[in-house]
Amino acid sequence: MVEDATIERPVFQEVPPRQRILDALMSKDTTVSMSEDSLENEMILNMGPQHPATHGVLRVLLRLDGETVVNAECELGYLHRGYEKLAENMTYHEFIPHTDRLDYISPAANNVAYCLAVEKLMGIELPRRGQYIRVICCELARISSHLLALGALAMDIGALTVFVWAIREREKIYDIYDVLTGVRFTVSYMRIGGMAQDITDESIRMIRAYLDGLPEAIREMAAMLHKNRIFIERTSGIGIMPPDEALDLGWTGPNLRGCGFAKDLRRDHPYLVYNELDFDVITRTECDVLARYQVRFDEIKEAAKIIYQCLDKLPAGEIWAADAKKIVPRKGDIYSNMEELINDFMLVNFGQSAPVGEVYHGIEAAKGELGWYLVSNGTGYPWRSKIRSPSFANLQGLSRLLEGCMISDIVAIIGSIDPIMGEADK
Amino acid sequence: MFEFEQLREGSPGLHFETVDVGGDRAAIFPREQMMEVALRLKEEFGFLQLIDVFGAETMAKKRRYEVTYHLNNHNTNQRIYLKVQCDERDPHVPSLVSVWTGCNWNEREAHDMFGVMFDGHPDMRRMYMPEDFAYNPLRKDFPLMGVPGSIPLPHHEDSNPRFNIANQGE
Repeated sequence: MVEDATIERPVFQEVPPRQRILDALMSKDTTVSMSEDSLENEMILNMGPQHPATHGVLRVLLRLDGETVVNAECELGYLHRGYEKLAENMTYHEFIPHTDRLDYISPAANNVAYCLAVEKLMGIELPRRGQYIRVICCELARISSHLLALGALAMDIGALTVFVWAIREREKIYDIYDVLTGVRFTVSYMRIGGMAQDITDESIRMIRAYLDGLPEAIREMAAMLHKNRIFIERTSGIGIMPPDEALDLGWTGPNLRGCGFAKDLRRDHPYLVYNELDFDVITRTECDVLARYQVRFDEIKEAAKIIYQCLDKLPAGEIWAADAKKIVPRKGDIYSNMEELINDFMLVNFGQSAPVGEVYHGIEAAKGELGWYLVSNGTGYPWRSKIRSPSFANLQGLSRLLEGCMISDIVAIIGSIDPIMGEADK
Repeated sequence: MFEFEQLREGSPGLHFETVDVGGDRAAIFPREQMMEVALRLKEEFGFLQLIDVFGAETMAKKRRYEVTYHLNNHNTNQRIYLKVQCDERDPHVPSLVSVWTGCNWNEREAHDMFGVMFDGHPDMRRMYMPEDFAYNPLRKDFPLMGVPGSIPLPHHEDSNPRFNIANQGE
């Protein structure tokens, strides 16, 4: 189209561009719009899949008008490993190490979620000591995950020190896992109907020492951020998710609680021994990035409170359920008893034959509701094993949050959702 | 507590089959009635939160694919499952994105993994696999090891001249 030369273009002609920029620099909230600039037009920007602020391999396609996001579209699948297909082709027991690789920031909680679903299907219930140990593992994983989420959010905004401190605190949790489970990172600690080894006095001592030092570590981080004007202004009022839309999208966990819903599976559908423990469900009503940050920050303290109670109440006794046909026998028994040897052979080769039926069990993991929907046809292999991953559902709200925000807020919004791509891509 | 029988008041033509999912209520509806049922569940019975949607293969030959909608009433904390089945030769079910926006990606995933088509979905692309991938990996007839040649892979280093030391010697 030929431009009509007679049309007046008076809008920005009175003030010279240089002067407008200088004026804008004096004011905090102005956005400069340059009508002659080629960047004024809409453009498409590709963010990720390899970008340090996308927390893995998330790819976001952005349509920009200047510095404002007009539209955003997420692209997943760069870490898709087909775990649901793999689960159908191995016994229930063999899949446990794979659950570590879903949300690799809190592997112990994934183990627990999977084992609880399988145990619900098979009708196994753990002795109380085992249940308490599982709660301790879940809550340690929650602290570890939230610390990383806070640190990474702060780093994306520019506060690198907080990230280093958060990683330092997580390192201590890895040391605890090393003693407690035998492995630092991908723990594979849980078994169907029990766990690999009992909790020792040494690990209890380490956990107590860690929890005693945790308030000081958190206070340090809070001192860096909570009175930091840059941090507050870059997080408050952006990335607002209306509460009704959050429900509609299937948000769970800290993200939903940041929208004002006191929804927590530990309260709503108590599993393990959570109904005997005293803790608060943290909520915020502001629905923005800072609200989600604050929910996570306060949940660290609640998790520590839960672990203290578990350590105090920890009952003596067995950690394994008593059902020889369904749980893997102890190594010592296999070598000395014929019956156990037969059971071990059958369980390793053919798997636990679960009753025919469908079952779902979800737990409140650090990111939200993590659950397994298992369909069994009576053999030792699941017919269908669907992972309900919280990151997948939470990420679905991302394009809604990004619309209309500034390009520099994108990293803060992604960080506040706390996605883990291993879980979202399965 | 919500029972699926309550749906019969108001829509007498409804017919469904109830199933048990680990103690929770579930029902299989014909696909023509899905939209009506979903709207009533959301508006009359308060199932506002969509937890999950996924496809599966049934163990029957007649109706091979099944899509399950996992819903939560956030006031009573009751979980229900809404199921719809379709045949292999006509794998079409109605999309419920207009009822719960969270169905969007989950239905795309079920489409990607099982080849079920969701009629009325605003963006029926694949979720995880490349767009030109010709198979649906979670179907039982798809081999665990994959299909050779279905995804183009980088050349082996011997056939790549930049890695071939013999060529670089000159």
